[in-house]
Amino acid sequence: MKITKEEVEKVAHLARLHLSAEELETMTTQLDTILSYVAKLDELDTTGVQAMTHAFSESNAFREDKVTDSLAREDALANGPCQNGEAFVVPRVI
Amino acid sequence: MKFETVIGLEIHAQLKTESKIFCGCSTKFGAPPNSHTCPVCLGLPGSLPVLNKKVVEFAIKMGLATGSDINRINQFARKNYFYPDLPKGYQTSQFDLPIVEHGEVEIEVDGKKRVIGITRMHMEEDAGKLIHDDREPVSYVDLNRTGTPLLEIVSEPDIRSPEEAAAYLRKIHAILRYLDICDGNMQEGSFRCDANISLRPVGQEKLGTRTELKNMNSFRNVQSALEYEVRRQRDILMEGGTIVQETLLWNPDRNCTESMRSKDDAHDYRYFPCPDLVPVRIDDAWIEEIRATLPELPEARKLRFIQEYELPEHDASLLTNSRELADYFETAAKACNQPKKVSNWMMTELMRELKGEELSTCKVGAEQLGSLVNMVETGTISGKIAKTVFLEMMASGKGPETVVEEQNLGQVSNESELLTIVRRIIADNPGQVTDFKGGKTKLMSYFVGQLMQKTKGQANPALANKLFTQELAG
Amino acid sequence: MNPYELTIAEATKQLAAGSLSSRELTQSCLERIEAVDIKVKAFLVVNAEQALLQADEADKILACGEAKPLCGIPLSLKDLLCTKGVVTTCGSRMLENFIPPYDATVVEKLKGQGAVLLGKVAMDEFAMGSTSESCAFRVPENPWKLGFVSGGSSGGSAASVAALECPASLGSDTGGSIRQPASLCGIVGMKPTYGLVSRYGLVAFASSLDQIGPLTRDVTDCALMMNAISGYDAKDSTSVRQETPDFTASIIEGVQGMRVGVPREYFGEGLDPEVKAVVTHGIEVLRDAGAEIVEVSLPRTDYCVAVYYLIATAEASSNLARYDGVSYGFRDQEVHSLMEMYKETRSHGFGAEVKRRILIGTYALSAGYYDAYYKKASQVRTLILNDFNRAFEQCDVLISPVVPTPAWKIGEKADNPLAMYLSDVLTISANLAGIPGISVPGGFSRDGLPIGIQLQGAHFREDSLFKVAYNLERGLKLLPQRPGIT
Repeated sequence: MKITKEEVEKVAHLARLHLSAEELETMTTQLDTILSYVAKLDELDTTGVQAMTHAFSESNAFREDKVTDSLAREDALANGPCQNGEAFVVPRVI
Repeated sequence: MKFETVIGLEIHAQLKTESKIFCGCSTKFGAPPNSHTCPVCLGLPGSLPVLNKKVVEFAIKMGLATGSDINRINQFARKNYFYPDLPKGYQTSQFDLPIVEHGEVEIEVDGKKRVIGITRMHMEEDAGKLIHDDREPVSYVDLNRTGTPLLEIVSEPDIRSPEEAAAYLRKIHAILRYLDICDGNMQEGSFRCDANISLRPVGQEKLGTRTELKNMNSFRNVQSALEYEVRRQRDILMEGGTIVQETLLWNPDRNCTESMRSKDDAHDYRYFPCPDLVPVRIDDAWIEEIRATLPELPEARKLRFIQEYELPEHDASLLTNSRELADYFETAAKACNQPKKVSNWMMTELMRELKGEELSTCKVGAEQLGSLVNMVETGTISGKIAKTVFLEMMASGKGPETVVEEQNLGQVSNESELLTIVRRIIADNPGQVTDFKGGKTKLMSYFVGQLMQKTKGQANPALANKLFTQELAG
Repeated sequence: MNPYELTIAEATKQLAAGSLSSRELTQSCLERIEAVDIKVKAFLVVNAEQALLQADEADKILACGEAKPLCGIPLSLKDLLCTKGVVTTCGSRMLENFIPPYDATVVEKLKGQGAVLLGKVAMDEFAMGSTSESCAFRVPENPWKLGFVSGGSSGGSAASVAALECPASLGSDTGGSIRQPASLCGIVGMKPTYGLVSRYGLVAFASSLDQIGPLTRDVTDCALMMNAISGYDAKDSTSVRQETPDFTASIIEGVQGMRVGVPREYFGEGLDPEVKAVVTHGIEVLRDAGAEIVEVSLPRTDYCVAVYYLIATAEASSNLARYDGVSYGFRDQEVHSLMEMYKETRSHGFGAEVKRRILIGTYALSAGYYDAYYKKASQVRTLILNDFNRAFEQCDVLISPVVPTPAWKIGEKADNPLAMYLSDVLTISANLAGIPGISVPGGFSRDGLPIGIQLQGAHFREDSLFKVAYNLERGLKLLPQRPGIT
């Protein structure tokens, strides 16, 4: 077993996903299959091999410290599922 | 059982750039909610970050000012967690490859000097602000602040007391202000501090369980919170109890630390290199370019004050505590060429009248203070009158010459003018004259006092003395 | 010939000559969409009114004689390209009502050329999939055989071009999402070198793998589209600061002396014999045209899928964390706490495939597993890049199949995610290495389903790629392609 139901539940919580009992079953089986498959990477010796983060070796992509136009407030709020014209409104953070 | 306190401080300094770290939105404080946002800092789908070069420069400056190593290659990483003030669901920060490492600052507590190590400094973006409604069970999200550049400064756990912690904070604050890369305003949130604190039996190498302290928004609060926590932990350990590793909030109203409602699990931030940002490569040429722009730092300035102005260390130390204070001193000292006198004025009258307010609010300009000191030196006014003048200057913002003229406070040093009054006093006080001539020399102060009364304190005391001596002789 | 049947190159000529107006061309496409899209189901939204306005503007510019190459040409856009004021769903309930306040850079470029934007087309949800079946709204069907998949995740793009609804489309490719649907739908599809086309405004799936690219009816049109969309963009830090060439300069005859590599690992078992036959035929065509055929090896091909499904999912799990119901997108309103809001929003807003990948990615980055999964995959990624670098010392381009099989029935592979992932093996490595790849129509299966041929080139060697692709296309003599759908 590469991953148990409990672990899947923990990961789901980390990712803020709620899985029904059925989904948990299915996902656990599927994730287990997939993780078992990706374990084949262990066949390769990667000692001393650089991890690749970017496809090429560019660096120093900078911009100057200049102020540019912001969005008008109504545009910034326009897609908000719940907003009061000034701010986004969410259930209270305890 | 004697316990040793071990403290580490984490400072978040908002960097004084015009625009945000990854987009061109303004960083100006106090704008209407959600009016300084764009697709990038809102984290809209499809948006991408581009690094503000000035942020890198500021970080390098701070690294150089603390004798740190500047990492030639550094990379941004994503710190993943969910919170309503974090629109992307991750904070772009630095993890494996921070820009600065292995620095140090010197602090002094009770005359004892110590070196506190700085583990690392890294660049990151600030989150937004949450405001909680008092009545409804809702919170309001203002994303203006998201994307404001921060420099996180992490100390080694070298600090051994709450006093040292305050001194370290003040030192870092001073350097940031000297470099002018941060406003350093704890109330406005441009300078924030969290602390980690643990106790261990003296002689033990292993660190004790630590607690994290948050919500300390002034230097005083930091010290109070740490003092409280030291006592709290010591009490528990003395009774053989164990410290729970937790995050505590300082409650300034009740002067105690309170446990945060326990978060379900420790955060797993799943740091990984941010694929949207390419590495930052810093070469020697760039570092030297920046080094050349460094201003004189607190330590160096203090030493120069001692040498150049012949000030005692105590004075030099106080005056170089902040860049503003040091600048003020030098301007005033140069205006009158009396550094020690200026120093005295600043450390007593000025500090007292400021009453803890910022120097920038002071109505007395540095040159004006210099002029005032000069007026005492040249005898234009007496030292005593000068204090009165100073108070008026503080209140009205008027220059010393103006005040003296308006209130007619100029020291009277006109011999003939004074002579007239001296003779009149002698004429009016025959008894005292006889006693004085008979040997009661202490009566000189009576005569001078009379002169002071008649001239509203403006008579030049030395001259008064001389004239009375002259007239009463023989 | 109906105007909607014209390629970009053909239409441009007629527009310039004045024998065709952009309005006529656009109208023709809109009518074609109205006629067939009910069967093809490519479009999520058709902006007919706006398109005709754009066409009229284009006609004005054409009349002045100052028209840019794509002026007046109608196009469709995969629905993960942000279009200002036009809803952009990414095929997901999560963004069903999301209206971006800004245009993606490529959209700006197209508008700048005077192109006509017909509408947004269907795709796998958040670009995760190989069949577009995970689209929350409609599943595009293969114009060559309805009821069969058009591929994914740019299925709508491929179907709209193959069904002659528009001469070209812009899609995105993270593990083959342009090349595979192009192959299954019998059209040309290209993934450029990473960094050549700005990602600003492309809703991110896997940031170090995503690239925007064209889907067209022939190679020449593809080069024209590439000219329009390539180039350094200061808003994208991963954008390359290099001069981009005129790609149409490579649309010339003659592959004498060019070396075409055949990677042996791409022809293993599991490859449909009909697919193999088509590619083999393509190799012969190039050999006859004077190219030198060499056998090469990409030894770590077998590990590509594993690497991809750790890196892409890890990046995706982070990129999709922003869909939290706070400031845009769907929010489940029947909630009583913040935690509930997060979980219900994300559980109802996302489909199963997206959730599956978020879970894998989160796991791969989590404490205790980062080294074994994400870091390990990143290291193997370097080895895969090294394989390609070595191969390109021996050849100019690589030739191979795109997909192991022709298109399959909608619903056929729905229950086996791993099998679906494995079918990406031939296209995934180009994204891992950042090299360019193009799919060119190669032939048909006995059942009349298209089979494409893939060419891959070295970084920034789109010139070699276009040259060989053009000559292959000429040699195969398959154009023009007309599915029988009406």
